[in-house]
Amino acid sequence: MTEITDLDVRDGVDRETVETVQNMGSYKYGWNTEIEMDFAPKGVNEDIVRLISQKNEEPEWMTEWRLDAYRRWVTMSEPRWAMLNYPDIDYQDQYYYARPKSMEVKPKSLDEVDPTLLATYEKLGIPLKEQMILAGVEGAEETPAEARKVAVDAVFDSVSLGTTFKDELAKAGVIFCPISEAIREHPELVKKYLGSVVPQSDNFFATLNSAVFSDGSFVYVPPGVRCPMELSTYFRINAENTGQFERTLIIADKGSYVSYLEGCTAPKRDTHQLHAAVVEIVILEDAEVKYSTVQNWYPGDEEGKGGIYNFVTKRADCREARAKVMWTQVETGSAITWKYPSCILRGEEAQGEFYSIAIANNFQQADTGTKMIHLGRNTRSRIVSKGISAGQAQNTYRGLVSMHPRATNSRNYTQCDSLLIGDKCGAHTVPYIEVKNTSSRVEHEATTSKVDDDQLFYCRSRGMDEEEAVALVVNGFCREVLQALPMEFAMEAQSLVAISLEGSVG
Amino acid sequence: MLKINNLHVKLEEEDKQILNGLSLEVPAGQVHAIMGPNGSGKSTLSYVLSGRDGYEVTEGGATLDGRDLLAMEPEERAAAGLFLAFQYPVEIPGVGNMTFLRTAVNAQRKARGEEELSSGEFLKLVRAKAKDLQIDADMLKRPVNVGFSGGEKKRNEILQMAMLEPRMCIMDETDSGLDVDAMRLVADGVNALRSADRSFLVITHYQRLLNHIQPDVVHILSNGRIIKTGGPELALQVEEEGYGDILSEAG
Ligand SMILES: Nc1ncnc2c1ncn2[C@@H]1O[C@H](COP(=O)(O)OP(=O)(O)OP(=O)(O)O)[C@@H](O)[C@H]1O
Ligand SMILES: [Mg+2]
Repeated sequence: MTEITDLDVRDGVDRETVETVQNMGSYKYGWNTEIEMDFAPKGVNEDIVRLISQKNEEPEWMTEWRLDAYRRWVTMSEPRWAMLNYPDIDYQDQYYYARPKSMEVKPKSLDEVDPTLLATYEKLGIPLKEQMILAGVEGAEETPAEARKVAVDAVFDSVSLGTTFKDELAKAGVIFCPISEAIREHPELVKKYLGSVVPQSDNFFATLNSAVFSDGSFVYVPPGVRCPMELSTYFRINAENTGQFERTLIIADKGSYVSYLEGCTAPKRDTHQLHAAVVEIVILEDAEVKYSTVQNWYPGDEEGKGGIYNFVTKRADCREARAKVMWTQVETGSAITWKYPSCILRGEEAQGEFYSIAIANNFQQADTGTKMIHLGRNTRSRIVSKGISAGQAQNTYRGLVSMHPRATNSRNYTQCDSLLIGDKCGAHTVPYIEVKNTSSRVEHEATTSKVDDDQLFYCRSRGMDEEEAVALVVNGFCREVLQALPMEFAMEAQSLVAISLEGSVG
Repeated sequence: MLKINNLHVKLEEEDKQILNGLSLEVPAGQVHAIMGPNGSGKSTLSYVLSGRDGYEVTEGGATLDGRDLLAMEPEERAAAGLFLAFQYPVEIPGVGNMTFLRTAVNAQRKARGEEELSSGEFLKLVRAKAKDLQIDADMLKRPVNVGFSGGEKKRNEILQMAMLEPRMCIMDETDSGLDVDAMRLVADGVNALRSADRSFLVITHYQRLLNHIQPDVVHILSNGRIIKTGGPELALQVEEEGYGDILSEAG
């Protein structure tokens, strides 16, 4: 019986892909929500930093923390070592704070949220107000749901709109709330962990984020608790010329487990928009965190106009023994992607895994990969990267595997495959390997291939059109990574693979 | 059903002529066999008919039910009812055999304006047909043709054919590499599909398959053209005597 269900679902998944390809325009999430916005003046300076802090009703220590970051940031310069080509960014020509006017007085519950905002998330297919809760109100949550529950925190431009299933999570002792709220209500946790994985002055973008981040999600899972549902955050940039700087902090206490999903979209704009997020994950003894991302920011049009500049710092610290983290990312959007979710394997026998699909089409550029920093004994890491380039896109895998002297008997396995569609795109692999002890082992395998004409013809001779054939073959190429995603996300990711390759053939 | 008229084909990339005025007609409901020495152009013919890139038609043409085949995209030909069982089936890593089949079946149904099969209907159908060809559940789950034995690949082609129910089936050396029992399974599969409005073009080197699938007409292809056409006895003659006499007879 289980076998039937399994096959059923897999097949459904692929049918979905095909339908999606046929039914969708090139960027499905490109509409704009007409909402009155409240902007801070353009540019960044100490006053803006204070203003953001004040708008979030933050305590003094937080304001100081931000100002400290800001003062460091003005002394830093933007890194340019990545294989990315883009004009200089004018950091004073951006808005650093935007929020829908209706959020000025914070809503006490989702019911008080502007329906236009909720409609936005509905269009995105997010179960923000799960059907039942929508219909019923309080009692609804007790009725057993047929579908698997996912708690959602939605961030719109700079502001978090509200978190669902909060009560049910609270019963398990899990804290899942906007980080702005955590700063006010759980200052001891925030003080202890914020900046402990990605320090304020880590890099240019992370430092800017530390100064101006407006919101994001906060998760704390107490010792021994298995989080009763998937947690998920949806980020959406809506306002024009607005940077989005969200900050996520996840703490998995001893022996706990949580799976966290992150999705992103943005409307079509002619101008580039800046996104510089920071994600910090702290994992204590025997705890495990799965962090999955489907990044679908607006990639720009066929001529390379517009699109999000995505400069993101994500890092997990497996701080104690047997801590485990798994990053899975599907990166299909953004004009520029600069992103290296990393694992610090500090505790003995800690494990880090990184599964990645990066698709770059038209004029997109992606420079992405991971860092596996082995500090503890008997630590393990595994990297599976699938890069797909089409159109005139450039796709670079950049990865570091570092075995420190104390990380004896540690292992890394890296597999890095690139697929080229057409002959104007490029794929690059830049692995850095440092091994400072004699008992550890690092394996690296890399392949680069063109999408196979015989495979495409075989599919087409069976009735699939060219785009369906490419989507099928590419989904096959990515299978290992798709399988690492939670089922709901795997379906979305498969359709995204198909959509983002539209127009790459013929 | 299938009409090929004075077909001349050369390679796109180089100045090499492969088909030199090939003409052939397969009426509805008939089974025609094509035999011919290695390199005579049999596979090239099947590829050109199904729309593979890399060939240039310099003269002549081909129609299916009166429609100009050569003007259609490969997927349009498939939707129109043409099917090629490949001499060398292609491997597609990471794509489950079942997913592939279902995508293909539904793509064709969609192209023809028919409703797609639900996953329940599809599963039932594919299980029944796979069973007839002794293809087990494991082979249905595995990636398309990856790690399949030669004979398994050929049976898998016939499974696709049975699922897609084409009207014009071209089989390029489906019998090569099959053991005696598998050959019988494949032949049974083909015979079960035989009907008044379905035709077959069976490319083979051996009389053996034709014992199981009785052809109406046998053609001998040499040097890119049909040099002799006859009844089933022609295949027997080739089996016993080789191509020598037939070739010299044709000059
Ligand atoms: N892409 C190609 N490049 C070079 N030569 C080719 C190409 N395709 C076909 N040919 C040549 O065209 C001729 C016909 O090949 P084809 O595969 O059609 O023969 P066949 O009759 O199917 O042979 P077999 O019985 O061995 O399968 C051969 O000489 C072959 O080498
Ligand atoms: Mg051949």
